[in-house]
Amino acid sequence: MIDPGTIAAHGLTTEEYQRIVAILGRDPNLLELGIFSVMWSEHCSYKSSRIHLRTLPTAGPRVLQGPGENAGVLDIGGGLAAVFKIESHNHPSFIEPYQGAATGVGGIIRDIFTMGARPVALLDSLRFGSLESPATRRLVQGVVAGIAGYGNSIGIPTVGGEVAFDDTYSGNPLVNVFCLGIAPVDGVIRGRAEGTGNAVYYVGAKTGRDGIHGATMASAEFDDASAEKRPNVQVGDPFMEKLLLEACLEVLQTDALVGLQDMGAAGLTCSSCEMGARGGAGIDIDVARVPQRESDMTPYEIMLSESQERMLFIVRQGREAEVDRVFEKWDLHAVRIGEVTGDGLLRVRDGGEIVAEIPNRPLADEAPLYDRPYREPEDLHQRQTLDLSVLAPGGTPSMAFRRLLGSPGIASKRWIYRQYDHMVRTNTIVPAGAGAGVVRVKGTPRALAFSVDGNGRYCFLDPYRGAMLAVAESARNVACVGGRPIGATNCLNFGNPERPEIMWQFARAVAGIGDACRALHIPITGGNVSLYNETDGQAILPTPVLGVVGIIEDARRVVGRVFREAGAVVMLLGAPGGALGGSEYLKVMHGIVRGTPPELDLEAERALQQLVAELAEAGRLRSAHDCSDGGLAVALAECAFGNGGIGFDVAIPGSSDGAGLAAALFGEAASQIVVSVREADADAVLERAAAASVPAQVLGRTGGERLRFTFDGEPAVEVELAEAEQRWATGLSRYFEVPAA
Amino acid sequence: MRFAVVVFPGSNCDHDAYHALADVLGQQVDLVWHKATDLRGPDAVVLPGGFSYGDYLRCGAIARFSPIMDRVREFAAAGGPVIGICNGFQVLLEAGLLPGGMRRNRDLKFICEHVHLRVEASDTPFTRRAAVGQVLRIPIAHGEGNYYADPGTLSELAENRQIVFRYTAPDGAADERRNVNGSTQAIAGICSRERNVLGLMPHPERACEVAVGSTDGRVVFESVLAAAAVPASVAEAI
Repeated sequence: MIDPGTIAAHGLTTEEYQRIVAILGRDPNLLELGIFSVMWSEHCSYKSSRIHLRTLPTAGPRVLQGPGENAGVLDIGGGLAAVFKIESHNHPSFIEPYQGAATGVGGIIRDIFTMGARPVALLDSLRFGSLESPATRRLVQGVVAGIAGYGNSIGIPTVGGEVAFDDTYSGNPLVNVFCLGIAPVDGVIRGRAEGTGNAVYYVGAKTGRDGIHGATMASAEFDDASAEKRPNVQVGDPFMEKLLLEACLEVLQTDALVGLQDMGAAGLTCSSCEMGARGGAGIDIDVARVPQRESDMTPYEIMLSESQERMLFIVRQGREAEVDRVFEKWDLHAVRIGEVTGDGLLRVRDGGEIVAEIPNRPLADEAPLYDRPYREPEDLHQRQTLDLSVLAPGGTPSMAFRRLLGSPGIASKRWIYRQYDHMVRTNTIVPAGAGAGVVRVKGTPRALAFSVDGNGRYCFLDPYRGAMLAVAESARNVACVGGRPIGATNCLNFGNPERPEIMWQFARAVAGIGDACRALHIPITGGNVSLYNETDGQAILPTPVLGVVGIIEDARRVVGRVFREAGAVVMLLGAPGGALGGSEYLKVMHGIVRGTPPELDLEAERALQQLVAELAEAGRLRSAHDCSDGGLAVALAECAFGNGGIGFDVAIPGSSDGAGLAAALFGEAASQIVVSVREADADAVLERAAAASVPAQVLGRTGGERLRFTFDGEPAVEVELAEAEQRWATGLSRYFEVPAA
Repeated sequence: MRFAVVVFPGSNCDHDAYHALADVLGQQVDLVWHKATDLRGPDAVVLPGGFSYGDYLRCGAIARFSPIMDRVREFAAAGGPVIGICNGFQVLLEAGLLPGGMRRNRDLKFICEHVHLRVEASDTPFTRRAAVGQVLRIPIAHGEGNYYADPGTLSELAENRQIVFRYTAPDGAADERRNVNGSTQAIAGICSRERNVLGLMPHPERACEVAVGSTDGRVVFESVLAAAAVPASVAEAI
């Protein structure tokens, strides 16, 4: 009999314990309790979120594998598949930023090559508190260095991403990592254990005492004692994983494997029982055979360790020698620790003695399912009320423009991506810092485009629309480089789901993702949920992050963000006008997050994205960039920077009788894309837009050394290109670099 | 022409070198595993970039003990052209095939970006198709590329004209702010006294196609082909 204190220490409720007793038909021993506790943790079981996640659209003509596997798989033509997923490593990154972020990268990379794909690109979506705080700057430096340290060493380019700052993230930074790989369609392999008598192989690094109960840690809030959890964070070894990656892909050439899975959260426990459950098989393993880094480890520690860079293989009977040969070549451990059985049980032995026996299916698939109560926050109406007339004067539009360009959320992220090897593998055909990452697929005419996006401010004000806007923005970024969206993954970062207001945010956001994905024909192929992002009762802004993947059929037609030459025609595609509700402008200039996020018409959005992709394919676009944080004025400025810089002279749509100058310049709207086209193509582009029922208008011309905006026939803002670019270029780096004397 | 690209555990630019040489420049390329004891008769050897053995010790310090390195030494001693790129350069330094050593970058951070290099010597098998003073735009991607040599070694390098590339401004002017990693005398690449071994931190194999932003790196490989009187036929992937 296990005492109530031990049950509570494992993060299990009394009801959950009763359920375990019912499944086993007896009381569990301590090891079995530990196994159940990690498998039924929020992190592994999605017990609070599954009921909502089921509503997401997951089917589509290109979907080869939807949710439930290590990663999603899409058919990209030519016999090839894109394998991709996003995952969070939020909690470990707060406790130990370098290793937390590094192992986040390592974990998602394993998820991709576990499916038989060669990982070819990484993106990161990051959130931190204000950079004014030294503690935040230390976190940022650690997280960026950790991502760089792992990704650079293993040789997978980090080609882009996004980062935003808000005080609510100061005690709960978000580190979401997206990885994409490419596999032959017939080379995709799944995490299943099948075939009684097949061997269970342990491969990779030795098991230590690191990370025990990491999954349980990731399923609780933080408080003052959190720093004591540092030993729960694992340490990454990118060199080991590089060897593991090459060895796995080499073994997969042989057809000797039935299935494989990475040992991530909940380590050996999760990989063995999930593979068994998927294949309807039993798994019989002996922990005494597991390679160990430390002496006197107990079965409990071995089963729950989250040591990195380990995988579990199911090897066809009689084919073991082929696996041994490859792993010997790469000087890696590959040890037979057991076999597949027909009884559906996870049986753990320690030498001869059976120390745990649990049916795989209930353990992996029958975790408690909670339909947690949810309730609209009482202050929602107040949040959504925005009275601009009570705000203190925000200074002149020129001042606001300069300040926005230099704010870390908008400023150039070069200080970050310069630390990432974004070129290795020589497939990166759009420079880092663009809206989307683009890698060509060698051996084909195609390229893949992908973007990770989320907006916590919008979701805080309206989680349903905010989540829809995240889907739309991510897909729009893909369209801007000339891609057609074909699928998506999501990472849902929220606070404590046991609080009804948080659960309401979650439920509304998932509904928004589902509706937007259905309207845009983008299936969700998997993802990750990170709850309990709270410190001392302060929850983060609700932050669903979408990672949309698109295809560019002719890689030569890829389009960049930056203006290419002077004298080009600058156009706005999409309905003009923006609003200040939830805008970066309100946040930066007035320090408030209020109002309602931009309206979104999903049919208009879809028409816009299709138009831009079509214009790109026809070679009509010289540049394209979507309007997001900071509105039209900031989007135009971002097109002017880089390539030595090209200024512009544009008329901002709107009139002083309408929403006013600040809203016209800095107001945010969905479904707007700024493009530049050759003079000779301008009429044809306007005609195509009209035919597609997408509003389009000429704003002005590129050229000169100044950024000039007129409004209602009058000069509105005029700034030297060099000065504007300097502010934008140093807005983030100034927090980290001592300016040269 | 036949190139051998050595694969150490942790090499990660081996496929990039293969792609540039085989797919773009149309040459025959063998990927040679570091445990091999035979280079398979190449005309030139490439030690690629990456993190050999994780570079947890000094970069390249373990790779120099790999079995294949004995063959690389013999190949170099016999006058065969050897190019060490990035980690490959570090391995050549550790192996004593080139003088000097590497420190961490001046700002202690990994740096990945396009830089400008001035060609300082065109009488090497790797630059004979370039002109002295020519500026190449080629990416770097390293955390430890801050080249160091003691004063005696530096004067020998100068005397023997072994400095092949320096970091400069886009117009080729010396500019300490463009010395991106803080290298002594802004040195980006050097060759052996006999001129047949080249080490450089920038990645010419990443600058062979318009699609990836520069073709300036081709001149290094085309020079090697020219030295062997092999015509290059360029075919870009996209």
